Amino acid sequence: MRSKYHAWIGALALVAATAAQADTTLLNVSYDPTRELYADFNAAFAKQWKAKTGETVSIRQSHGGSGKQGRSVIDGLEADVVTLALAYDVDALAANANLIPRDWQKRLGHNSSPYTSTIVFLVRKGNPKGVRDWGDLVKPGVAVITPNPKTSGGARWNYLAAWGYALKKSGNDETKAQDFVGKLYANVPVLDSGARGALITFTERGIGDVFISWENEAFLAVKELGPDKFDIVVPSISILAEPPVTVVDKVVDKRGTRKVAEAYLQYLYSDEGQEIAGKHYYRPRDAKAAAKYAKTFTKVNLFTIDEAFGGWQKAQKTHFADGGVFDKIYQPKK
Amino acid sequence: MSFALQQRHSVLPGFGLALGFTVLYLSLIVLIPLSATFVKTASMSWEAFWNTVTAPRVLASFYLSFGAAFIAALINAFFGMIVAWVLVRYRFAGKKVIDALVDLPFALPTAVAGIALTAVYSSKGWIGQYLEPNGIKVAFTPLGVVVALTFIGLPFVVRTVQPVLADLERELEEAASCLGATRRQIFVRVILPAVLPALITGFALSFARGVGEYGSVIFIAGNMPMKSEIAPLLIITKLEQYDYAGATAIAVVMLVASFLLLLAINLLQWWARRRGGQAC
Repeated sequence: MRSKYHAWIGALALVAATAAQADTTLLNVSYDPTRELYADFNAAFAKQWKAKTGETVSIRQSHGGSGKQGRSVIDGLEADVVTLALAYDVDALAANANLIPRDWQKRLGHNSSPYTSTIVFLVRKGNPKGVRDWGDLVKPGVAVITPNPKTSGGARWNYLAAWGYALKKSGNDETKAQDFVGKLYANVPVLDSGARGALITFTERGIGDVFISWENEAFLAVKELGPDKFDIVVPSISILAEPPVTVVDKVVDKRGTRKVAEAYLQYLYSDEGQEIAGKHYYRPRDAKAAAKYAKTFTKVNLFTIDEAFGGWQKAQKTHFADGGVFDKIYQPKK
Repeated sequence: MSFALQQRHSVLPGFGLALGFTVLYLSLIVLIPLSATFVKTASMSWEAFWNTVTAPRVLASFYLSFGAAFIAALINAFFGMIVAWVLVRYRFAGKKVIDALVDLPFALPTAVAGIALTAVYSSKGWIGQYLEPNGIKVAFTPLGVVVALTFIGLPFVVRTVQPVLADLERELEEAASCLGATRRQIFVRVILPAVLPALITGFALSFARGVGEYGSVIFIAGNMPMKSEIAPLLIITKLEQYDYAGATAIAVVMLVASFLLLLAINLLQWWARRRGGQAC
């Protein structure tokens, strides 16, 4: 008798749980360091969506290397939205699987990148090697840690930032730029396959004098590992890193989640979304939020990938494809 | 005689069913996924395939992957044999603990192994800080790759040799001794022939595992182009460019090379077993 009673309670609890469960779920496939950002943002969006529409939405997250995440979606991971590190990986969704239209980047404001970052240097406390700018990275005796741009999407921004600096310095002389970047990579003792591995090499192994890093990750590293151990150095010129976001059309149309997925991404551009981005060390696009976090982010002379390289497809082909400039740097000198 | 020929049945029933199951199972688990790589590669022209797999960087990585795996397997064959010998032949305190330690490389996630090894062997690590002033760089060099592959390959040799060694009849050694054989002769002519097939199996397993290893190597290799890039890393590199065909091309070469090598090792083992049989 008693056990029957228990079973009833159990069944009731189950029904209640199902009712309380989300009406909709979204899967956001993102890259590695956005974990905390989206944990915060997802909660904020779910609350706002509930208040506005009365619907409950829960957002699941997937994190990993940007390229690997892109490939998972191509191979059938049902992502409603992707929020990756570089447009090249999102382009691949259009080129390799027709999941989104080719002009996806025009659909949302600011190149579909609601927040940005840039490339800065993390150095050991007190900056013992006196690193101030890109030019200091090619000096003899300075060991630089950066991941392999061929395996790490994020590290491609590092490479392009250095290239852009060299171009500006030399008055657009490509030969000199290649020479500069070649010298820089000659100072790199380890090419880790991803940003996390490289960060461990620099912080835990104690290898290298400078770690080239996304600004938001540099802030996170200093916060997590202790402000008494590392300093952030912001160079005179750097690249505007634009991690783009998009709805995956094929998936949202199949699952019927287009409305909420689009609202989700739109909300990244709202006051609250921008505020959360700033809080997690991404540079907000919105002037109001940017002003609030002006103290955090040093003013840098930023160039975009479209200005300096004519977009991702071109940059990828020239620099990172097999036989491209990056491979040439490592070819044995004849 | 004629009865056996007519029926062609073995004494053990269920051969047809068991073979059918084996073929089906192997197809599902091994053949179908592997054939997918061949199908994907087939989308390339022969020339593109050849250019991909003979690019200097790719060749350098094959050389490193197979070379380091071979050296690591040799080291494991030698020291693994000693470990197995000690574990079988002697009784001592803490034997169970050492026995369990052997399996650790099996159980440890390879990435953890890689990170731990790098921590120990890098220039600031426990061991690395003493090696580096003497001009021995382990982490971020091909030597580091060998160290990682030796680490993950050890259990294969120990666990294949151990049971064979344990089953070895002591009487044989005693008989040899009675007949006037020296200790060296006993080892070389009595023990080694009996253990050799198992040792070769262990070597092959360790080697095969090393060729394909990614997780533990990637942290310690340093991944410098032309120097310390393993072949699986180049596969990842191709995938990052969404060059699926190029990635599978490298995979196909590795598959074929591994298969041929394992086949050769199996033949060697068959030969060793026959020779061992004759010696008895």
